[in-house]
Amino acid sequence: MQRIGVFVCHCGTNIAATVDVKAVAEALGHEAGVVIAQDYQYMCSESGQELVKSAIREQKLTGVVICSCSPRMHENTFRKAAASAGLNPYLVEVANIREQCSWIHKDIATATEKAIILGKAAVAKVALNTPLTSMESPVVKRALVIGGGIAGIQTALDIAEAGFDVDIVEKNPTIGGKMAQIDKTFPTLDCAACILTPKMVEASQNERITIHSFSEVEDVKGFVGNFTVKIKKKARFVDETKCTGCGLCTEKCPMKKVPNEFNMGLDNRSAIYIPFAQAVPKVATIDPNYCMMLKTGKCGVCSKVCSAGAIDYKQQDTIIEQQYGAIVVATGFNPIKLDKYDEFAYNQCPDVVTSLELERLMNAAGPNGGTLLRPSDKTHPHTIVFVQCVGSRCDDEKGKPYCSKICCMYTAKHAMLIREKYPDTEVYVFYIDVRTPGKNFDEFYRRAVEQYNVHYIKGMVGKVTPKSDGKIDVQASDLLANEQLHINADMVVLAAAIEPDKTARPLATMLTTQMDTNDFFTEAHPKLRPVESATAGIFLSGACQGPKDIPETVAQGSAAAAKAIGLLCKNSITCNPCTAHSDELMCNGCSSCEKVCPYGAITYIDKEFRMPDRTTKIRRVASVNPAVCQGCGACTVACPSGAMDLSGFSNSQIMAEVDAICK
Amino acid sequence: MQVNENFEPVIVAFCCNWCSYAGADLSGTNRLNYPTNVKIIRVPCSCRVNPMFILRAFQKGADGVIICGCHPGDCHYTSGNYFTRRRITLLYSMLDFLGIERNRTRLEWVSAAEGAKFAATMQQFTEDVKALGPNRRLEDLRCRKQ
Amino acid sequence: MQEAMIKRAKELLADGSVDRVIGWKRGEFAYDITPAVFTTAEELDRDFVCDDFTAANVSKYLVKETQKEGKILAFLKPCDTYSFNQLVKEHRIDREKVYVIGIEGGPKLDIEKIKAKGITGILSVKNEDYTLKIETIYGTQTMPFYEAILGKCASCKSKKHVVFDELIGEDGDVLDSNRFEMVEKLENMTAQERFDFWRDQLSKCIRCNACRNVCPACTCENCVFDNPKSGIDNKAPADSFEENMFHIIRAFHVAGRCTDCGECSRVCPQHIPLHLLNRKFIKDINELYGEYQAGADTTSRAPLNTYDKNDCEPSVVHERGVE
Repeated sequence: MQRIGVFVCHCGTNIAATVDVKAVAEALGHEAGVVIAQDYQYMCSESGQELVKSAIREQKLTGVVICSCSPRMHENTFRKAAASAGLNPYLVEVANIREQCSWIHKDIATATEKAIILGKAAVAKVALNTPLTSMESPVVKRALVIGGGIAGIQTALDIAEAGFDVDIVEKNPTIGGKMAQIDKTFPTLDCAACILTPKMVEASQNERITIHSFSEVEDVKGFVGNFTVKIKKKARFVDETKCTGCGLCTEKCPMKKVPNEFNMGLDNRSAIYIPFAQAVPKVATIDPNYCMMLKTGKCGVCSKVCSAGAIDYKQQDTIIEQQYGAIVVATGFNPIKLDKYDEFAYNQCPDVVTSLELERLMNAAGPNGGTLLRPSDKTHPHTIVFVQCVGSRCDDEKGKPYCSKICCMYTAKHAMLIREKYPDTEVYVFYIDVRTPGKNFDEFYRRAVEQYNVHYIKGMVGKVTPKSDGKIDVQASDLLANEQLHINADMVVLAAAIEPDKTARPLATMLTTQMDTNDFFTEAHPKLRPVESATAGIFLSGACQGPKDIPETVAQGSAAAAKAIGLLCKNSITCNPCTAHSDELMCNGCSSCEKVCPYGAITYIDKEFRMPDRTTKIRRVASVNPAVCQGCGACTVACPSGAMDLSGFSNSQIMAEVDAICK
Repeated sequence: MQVNENFEPVIVAFCCNWCSYAGADLSGTNRLNYPTNVKIIRVPCSCRVNPMFILRAFQKGADGVIICGCHPGDCHYTSGNYFTRRRITLLYSMLDFLGIERNRTRLEWVSAAEGAKFAATMQQFTEDVKALGPNRRLEDLRCRKQ
Repeated sequence: MQEAMIKRAKELLADGSVDRVIGWKRGEFAYDITPAVFTTAEELDRDFVCDDFTAANVSKYLVKETQKEGKILAFLKPCDTYSFNQLVKEHRIDREKVYVIGIEGGPKLDIEKIKAKGITGILSVKNEDYTLKIETIYGTQTMPFYEAILGKCASCKSKKHVVFDELIGEDGDVLDSNRFEMVEKLENMTAQERFDFWRDQLSKCIRCNACRNVCPACTCENCVFDNPKSGIDNKAPADSFEENMFHIIRAFHVAGRCTDCGECSRVCPQHIPLHLLNRKFIKDINELYGEYQAGADTTSRAPLNTYDKNDCEPSVVHERGVE
């Protein structure tokens, strides 16, 4: 026998002004199974909840309907109240008579009528509710950080600091990411390497951190608290445990004509290489595309000179499998390729460079040892033109629709550094607008203009033409002066838009996380949950979520770590009990449900059934892992036999609501 | 078609919990009016809506059924609304094939931020259904109100 | 062909390759033919038949048959092989337990079309050079062969066997059929005309469930219409339930899985063109999501179990030509 209690909230006058709450209580009191129907000023208040609780106890209620504000607001409040009075929290239903009734209607008669119907639907549903119990699922106390740039390093250090094991997977031979390539950082102008490399060392020396460099995530299975991840350690043909990083092999290697990625291809490295002096781990890696020994079997010099015996030409990719409780994505960004920007002559002229290339050209460990020279003829440039927003804030196919956020500041930095070091150099910056929100940012930019006399010109560069005398003609418009300009430049620096790393999209598929159209990971809520993905247990750190500068990246890295730590601290997590379940007697084992499940929560088992004639029959039936199922219900419709149903939103419950509304 | 001024259609709206139901809440928060004819049923995802529910609603006397979900690409469950789109397109096409008035069925994508769109959609849909008059073609006579 | 089939079946039974054979046997009348399982050479000699009336698709029986011990030999016409493949794909048939011999397809005959000519008391029907020679208790009658073929054979989509272990006779090709003609004709009617057409047809339904029971896609362990848990169970004909729920849901449940074998319409005692509902889904799927033939393979994803991010919106339905 159903014993349902209905509680109608006035919400002050929010509901009561447009809905005759007494009439609603009166009408619902006559519904089948309803034993008590009351109204109250504020149902969510302490005394309102007490009203519900005492009714549950005294009337021995089997179900509760609260007619109040949206369930998105107070469903949890009332569930908790019910639970504290000894009623299963999932025997509570909320009829939304505020947001979806009193607030949108003006006429009391029709609004009251609608509120009664909404209440009836909730009563009809709650009569079919079943007590649900949340499952507990254990949490593996280990985190995975994908990406070893400053974001990943910060996240890993913070998680390790809290006492949890953490693995960093980095696709390159060393951690450090983009920050390792940067010369100085804005707005303080301290040297990037000086602040980054100690963190890299700290990460490598922290006994709770394991760095899988030159590795990639191959496969992700499982769910929050219990992910199983396959990591591919790519063959580097050097035994990491033996290599001391002495670098003798890199000196002796006869193949020295390999474009050096770390210096943006502005100089060369050897086939066996250590990306840079402070690389972590500091071990050599053989580039199989250039190594003569690997390509032709003839050479073996590195093996001969290596006193540690670390060279292993037969090394293979290996797969390691590890369990994690939380995963933090920190896959970072790359500047876009500028191949399509013919107007800036990037492909035609070596003296047209990107900003990241300029960082290397100015860096003491860069190709010119820190002296700014033109890549073409190694002469000192006297006129440098910076072009802003190359590919950013772009409507066409070539570029990106968003602002890359960091370019205004790093360009001010470049301009300032050049003027500081080479006062005889004229620096022009062409901008759409200068965006400098951030602590000490605008002051920094103004210093560039006022103290360092950088020529900021509002306008677009139309065409960059290399001339036969080695100079570069920059044709541009000055929008404020309303005139066309020609600048005879020695170098042009393009502030290329930044985009998420190419590995991000396949990774998102593996992680079943969402991405926006630009391939940035989507946060669970743009304001309130900025470092969580919508997929439980997956967190976002750094530029993989959107363009960010270093301070923001570090802040987000720490925030993601805090969220991951919050998860790892728990011994188990409570799962949403509104999950799908399959009735084995009705299941055909046809695999339709499995195909539409976005979480891989459905597997099939061969189950033995006793038949009426006392024989047994083995049939393939679906089985849902309730810890993985998120309760979307896609499977329930894919299932032709109706074997698959969803707790909390069952076929019969929804149809009861339909009936109540249409009656 | 002659609009019967006194005809008040019954309209069932299935709204996904994460976007459209929140969008409906938002139109409430912003006090954006839409007709009382619309009664919302909350489902976790638009992909939870079984064609059975839609036919059941018509059978029991609903005059219009509208399904609202997150915009394609924004599904809380990543892919649910893509399945919805195929299923519901085919179902609506079938109902059309059977001679059921097209304007009795609709699917709209309404995000949690689109309170105004929700209200406007419901306003329009109610008007469209009103113009069609009572649903006689899919109604089960045994269920008719006396 | 019948002799060759019996001979081969006997060989396979004798050498232990198979334990049973599924084919057809004659009922009370010459044209009254039902699927049957044979276990001995004697049974085969006595009852096995394959002629112009063996239209029944035996694939569905293999769901239950392959749950039994041992292996079964199945004779499958081209259209039947699509159903077979689809059931293998849905894990309903254990492929290992079936030995498939592909046999030539139709056109098969529709006794109702012969009877419709006023021919009664039929004893036997013979096809002599595409003229039917019909022996009746009242004497011999004739009619052109093609006037008596089944509707489903008249719009045959394929003479190709999509699966077989061996063939008796030649394999054919996928055909350019005219199977969507009637669907198109209906689409071009007004909504009122369509409604009247379907109301007229579907109201004839007596809920004998023959369409469901013969359908190779309807193999649910427990049909939603029989199952009180489904909330829409309804076992007997009820006022407008068939028109408004049963046939729509049945068509929807097999959408993307229906191979268009046409058995539903063949067995309908009320002659409701039920296959048009399935064909409408097939036509829509082909037009909106790309050509798809259920049962053509055992690996592709069913159109309703997959999606494309650029799929059309349901408004295509609302924006179509005729209202």
